[in-house]
Amino acid sequence: MTLRLDAITKTVGGAVHIDRVSLDLAPGSFNVLLGRTLAGKTTLLRLIAGLDRPTSGRILDDGRDVTGRGVAGRDVAMVYQQFINYPSFTVFENIASPLRRKGMDAVEIERRVKRTAAMLRIDGLLDRLPSQLSGGQQQRTAIARALVKEAGLLLLDEPLVNLDYKLREELREELRVLFAERRTVVVYATTEPAEALILGGNTGVLHEGRLLQFGPTLQVYGRPVDTDAGAIFSDPPMNFIDGILTDDGVALSDGTHLPLAAHERGLPAGPCRIGVRANHLGVVRRGDQSVAVPARVELAEISGSETFIHVVHNGVPLVAREEGIHTHPIGEIIPVYFDPARVFVFAPDGRLLAAPRSLPNRLKGVA
Amino acid sequence: MTLRSHADDAVALPPRARARAASRLRVSRRTVVLVLYILFLLLPIYWMVNMSLKTNVEILSGLTLFPRDPTLQNYITIFTDPSWYSGYINSIKYVVLNTVISLTVALPAAYAFSRYRFLGDKHMFFWLLTNKMAPPAVFLLPFFQLYSTFGLFDTPLAVALAHCLFNVPLAVWILEGFMSGVPREIDETAYMDGYSFPRFFATIFVPLIRAGIGVTAFFCFMFSWVELLLARTLTAVEAKPIAATMTRTVSAAGMDWGLLAAAGVLTIIPGALVIWFVRNYIAKGFALGRV
Repeated sequence: MTLRLDAITKTVGGAVHIDRVSLDLAPGSFNVLLGRTLAGKTTLLRLIAGLDRPTSGRILDDGRDVTGRGVAGRDVAMVYQQFINYPSFTVFENIASPLRRKGMDAVEIERRVKRTAAMLRIDGLLDRLPSQLSGGQQQRTAIARALVKEAGLLLLDEPLVNLDYKLREELREELRVLFAERRTVVVYATTEPAEALILGGNTGVLHEGRLLQFGPTLQVYGRPVDTDAGAIFSDPPMNFIDGILTDDGVALSDGTHLPLAAHERGLPAGPCRIGVRANHLGVVRRGDQSVAVPARVELAEISGSETFIHVVHNGVPLVAREEGIHTHPIGEIIPVYFDPARVFVFAPDGRLLAAPRSLPNRLKGVA
Repeated sequence: MTLRSHADDAVALPPRARARAASRLRVSRRTVVLVLYILFLLLPIYWMVNMSLKTNVEILSGLTLFPRDPTLQNYITIFTDPSWYSGYINSIKYVVLNTVISLTVALPAAYAFSRYRFLGDKHMFFWLLTNKMAPPAVFLLPFFQLYSTFGLFDTPLAVALAHCLFNVPLAVWILEGFMSGVPREIDETAYMDGYSFPRFFATIFVPLIRAGIGVTAFFCFMFSWVELLLARTLTAVEAKPIAATMTRTVSAAGMDWGLLAAAGVLTIIPGALVIWFVRNYIAKGFALGRV
């Protein structure tokens, strides 16, 4: 199935929830829809599924217009954020239900249910009711039911968000394997940049109902089109500082001079906004290229292997990430270090002017 | 309050013993209160059972806590005299009919209110409940006139339909509460899995709200069973309900106290039975399914 969204718009009582979203999703592609809460991810998924009807625009499935067709007429499966199973059916019957409705014969149903259950490692639980399962097992059942019918389009709406940390990690790893080598178009909505990076494929950045950017995940991560996309595709959000672009560097508003890296050369002089991800902003000097700016410590968030240091520089809040444990008394003035080679340059209106050349090579955990 | 008074009494005891004494005292005090409460509640019912097993002579001759010579004659009369037992049959007929009609009508209505937004849905939902605010007597005259015209007068269907006036709104409200407790995503998943609406409703949705349906049936049953005014006015001979039979026999040959008491006992039995079946869900039903 090739899915094409053509300027889909959804307004509810005058408020625009989805604003002219156009997308082409190829068969077998894995697509992550990244956006903050209330960005319109669920709304967009519901429109794609046929659960809601777009106010304007068209949805094409292999070139056929399916815009007005209800969910029963679409070839679609969906996994929700909540664990949705039929409570009065056993796990086996839950997974078997889409096949039973297709009128498949019992032997084939049994074979497919067993195979899918084994893939999701719930084959020992087939006789249980959903209420007798843990959250992770319930969600596995829901995913199994969505996989077993082999629909042309599979939608996952933050499927891991209600699971605890460990289970989330585990299931996330498995999902990547599960969806490989399928002809299904998968759309996976999430708020977490790390999830998009781990799952790979394509990523679309959704912000206030608009699709800011869509493309291969690493490309989107490496070259966010604007400050919004950069902020959404970073955790913690990208830091921004206003400055003036000159011939030999960027003058920050407090007078600090940031020398230009190769990728920033040749940009027109004038006001700009520089963006740095937290992992490229540190409290320890990393090389002689580093530039220090003074900042006041607001909070040091220690997460075991790393510390997020929240600071304020000249009235602008920044977050720096540093390996290991770093404690700083609140209110202390410390230097934070930039690497000019790792700096994004945006125009004052938010457009990306220049991005660091090389893609980050260590992906896991840096988002 | 109770706790503090124990503490004052038991200052001399070591803490653990004090706690034990306190809990024993608390249990016993609570038991006493409960026993008294239940005693007061059950006294009238006991008295009715007591009376139903006595002869009229004994009832009128003085106060006795137990029947001096117990007799089942009153019950035998009720079960053998058609003018008595047909009252029960008529009552059960229209009550069951009403429960079935109310559920059949209210299930789709409640589903619509719970799942769809349409013009004036909230107003209509509230308006349903206002039907319960008017006294049934208001509707008595139009009902009487209408049913006479259509030849429904003095049939169980007449009473069953009249009772829908307050049972359908109640059923819609209770069922809507239970239905809204079922996530909408279950419906959507079922449609994606290829279920048609009727099949989904019957095989997935109804089992999910069966407690709600039980409670709704109970409320319909109870309200219809105890309602007297409409039931008595809309019937004459053929469909006379038991409550009407009881009020009309009072002055037939003086007061047949024993017989009336026996009829009363038989009247509370069906209600007690139904309550037993839905005992775990009644509280939720009183909250209109919104707990």
